[in-house]
Amino acid sequence: MVALLACTGAAGTAASPEDNPFLPVAGAELRSALPRDKHDTVPVRSFLLQSHPVTNQEFLAFVRTHPQWRRGAVPLALAGADYLGAWSGPLDPGPGATASQPVTRVSWFAADAYCEALHARLPDWYEWELAAAASAQRRDARADPVWRQQVLDWYSRPAGKMLPTVQQGSANFYGLYDLHGLVWEWVNDFNSLLPADADPEKFCGSGALTLQQKENYAVLMRIAMLGSLRATDTGHLVGFRCARDAGALP
Amino acid sequence: MNRGVSTFLATLLCSFAAALAAAAGGGSRPPGAMPGDLGPPRGAPIHAKLTNPPDVPPPIHRNYPAKVIVELEIREVEKEISEGVTYTFWTFGGTTPGSFIRVRQGDTVEFHLKNHPDNKMPHNIDLHGVTGPGGGAASSFTAPGHESQFTFKALNQGIYVYHCATAPVGMHIANGMYGLMLVEPPEGMKPVDHEYYVMQGDFYTVGKYRERGHQEFDMQRAIDERPTYVLFNGSEGSLVGEHALKAKVGDRVRLFVGNGGPNLVSSFHVIGAIFDRVRYEGGLHEQENVQTTLIPAGGAAIVEFHVRVPGSYVLVDHSILRAFNKGALAILKADGPENKAIYSGKEVDAVYLGDKAANLAAVTAARAAEASGTLTKEQQIKAGESRFTGTCSVCHQANGEGLPNVFPPLARSDFLMTDKQRAIGIVLNGLAGKVTVNGNVFNSVMPPMSQLNDDELANILTYVRNSWGNSGEAVSADEVKQVRASTKRPEGAAH
Repeated sequence: MVALLACTGAAGTAASPEDNPFLPVAGAELRSALPRDKHDTVPVRSFLLQSHPVTNQEFLAFVRTHPQWRRGAVPLALAGADYLGAWSGPLDPGPGATASQPVTRVSWFAADAYCEALHARLPDWYEWELAAAASAQRRDARADPVWRQQVLDWYSRPAGKMLPTVQQGSANFYGLYDLHGLVWEWVNDFNSLLPADADPEKFCGSGALTLQQKENYAVLMRIAMLGSLRATDTGHLVGFRCARDAGALP
Repeated sequence: MNRGVSTFLATLLCSFAAALAAAAGGGSRPPGAMPGDLGPPRGAPIHAKLTNPPDVPPPIHRNYPAKVIVELEIREVEKEISEGVTYTFWTFGGTTPGSFIRVRQGDTVEFHLKNHPDNKMPHNIDLHGVTGPGGGAASSFTAPGHESQFTFKALNQGIYVYHCATAPVGMHIANGMYGLMLVEPPEGMKPVDHEYYVMQGDFYTVGKYRERGHQEFDMQRAIDERPTYVLFNGSEGSLVGEHALKAKVGDRVRLFVGNGGPNLVSSFHVIGAIFDRVRYEGGLHEQENVQTTLIPAGGAAIVEFHVRVPGSYVLVDHSILRAFNKGALAILKADGPENKAIYSGKEVDAVYLGDKAANLAAVTAARAAEASGTLTKEQQIKAGESRFTGTCSVCHQANGEGLPNVFPPLARSDFLMTDKQRAIGIVLNGLAGKVTVNGNVFNSVMPPMSQLNDDELANILTYVRNSWGNSGEAVSADEVKQVRASTKRPEGAAH
């Protein structure tokens, strides 16, 4: 499929839809790390997810056509003070933010607006979790300790000064890149992952008892990370990609 | 009792109570307050001085509760865990263990936890000295690029572990997120010459012990409790060589020893020292005279000992393969004058033949006979032969022939047999320089054998003077004793 073979655009050219295509992910009954009600699994409908995190080049095209989302123009209520802080200027990523690096220091509001401009949306946590459970060979590799250790290894490496570019690793079963090992990613429901009356001590030892998939520590850490964020946060390592409902027009 | 006496007693009791209150330091507990609450903070807020291990902030000289501001920054750093081996440590204050915090019981601590924006992970902190949910963890969950603040009152004195408690907690602790907070009693601690901060931890890597390169955390090994490294202060060699702890002979040393785990309990021992006092588990009570103390994972203790002789004192986890095969080893180097009466160093290194030694029954029999006054020349000869073998025979050979041009013979030796007193003197004090034996010149060195007792020497000489063609009188223990008393031993020889 052409979509699977799509490569990122060359530096300097405008981003085009083929650069970061929306690839299909088949729906399933997901055995999630976050149980809902008392059921073992959560039904996830088929959806489309972008091949890799949104890059600086793609986000540049967005702020060119949406001046209200340029750095300096966005109110603090929608993006923190460090919004696009790695960029040299509001319309200039500069040497610190190369074209093919994932865009980071973008708030949830900015990510949400970007996806809306593409007639898309942020993925839900369960959609993200379903897509990220895959290895190159299998839809669900979460029972494979080797795969789990590979995912966990990212956490063992320091953040480092230069963020790698997208698509350095291999694609997973769905043709998706960098769901692990590159950046944290916003999801639509990041701040309601846990029930509203959840014990705020969730991540103090006892909290882990109620989570399923206890061996999948990488997932637990991702949930912890998302739980620590606020919508205006512009984390150095927080990026995003967009999703669409299956059957939605491109 | 009459009024005068009761008034006097009342006055006495009142002043006694007042004295007690004064002795408890300013801020004795307000009426109705809970134990440990010495009242509201007084004076200007104090910015706590935190220190990197193995240093400890200076003792607190304050007799009132204060507001203390603690600012602790979390950094994820890549550092050496062993020579040529790097690891990504998650740290409080840039070090493993994290910065040492020192406050006074009753202080109000305003705690600022900062998560540097370059970090990958969210973190929080659970201080075991905090009374409150999660030990502060519930109120300090902090994303990278954020700072959390919460305030607590240090109600309990003691030495307390703190650690990160973000899921998965075991991984955060295993990556080095632990440290110690000391809450001093209101009256302070007894002064000592040195205070040091040591904290044990177990580390789990994908690669083997000392396998070079960057090593990643291995969750399965952590679950299985199979550490690769067990270390004091986060790296092998952190406290050896030029980084060794220092003290002088005569110093009193206090160690604040923590155990961050995540899994292992420590059997903490200092080789060469006995702990005069151990506040075991960091609690109020002390044990005295302890060789090895248990420090639980997530616990700490305070040990004190006097340095009495110089040398290297080795701190270990006495589950000893952890010390020698996983790195749980640190040194305290003590300089100063020796004290041979307490510790002499090696005094004798003699040959010991074990079962190969000649039958020692003869020696025993001779001793018994001497004691009862019935010692015969034959018994002496037999006992002397036992002792000769392995001592004198090493040079003079079992057949008494010696080594040509090197060691003179004893067999039919004119030099030996001519002068009994001289022979005794030579065995006691050694001989260097030219001698002529049976017409041959020897110029060698015979070491003194004064470590042999009088009876042993007497028996050996009797044997030598009656073997291999020699024939002469026995030598008695008294004769040896007299020569010993009337001659001087060379430098370094025994008595």
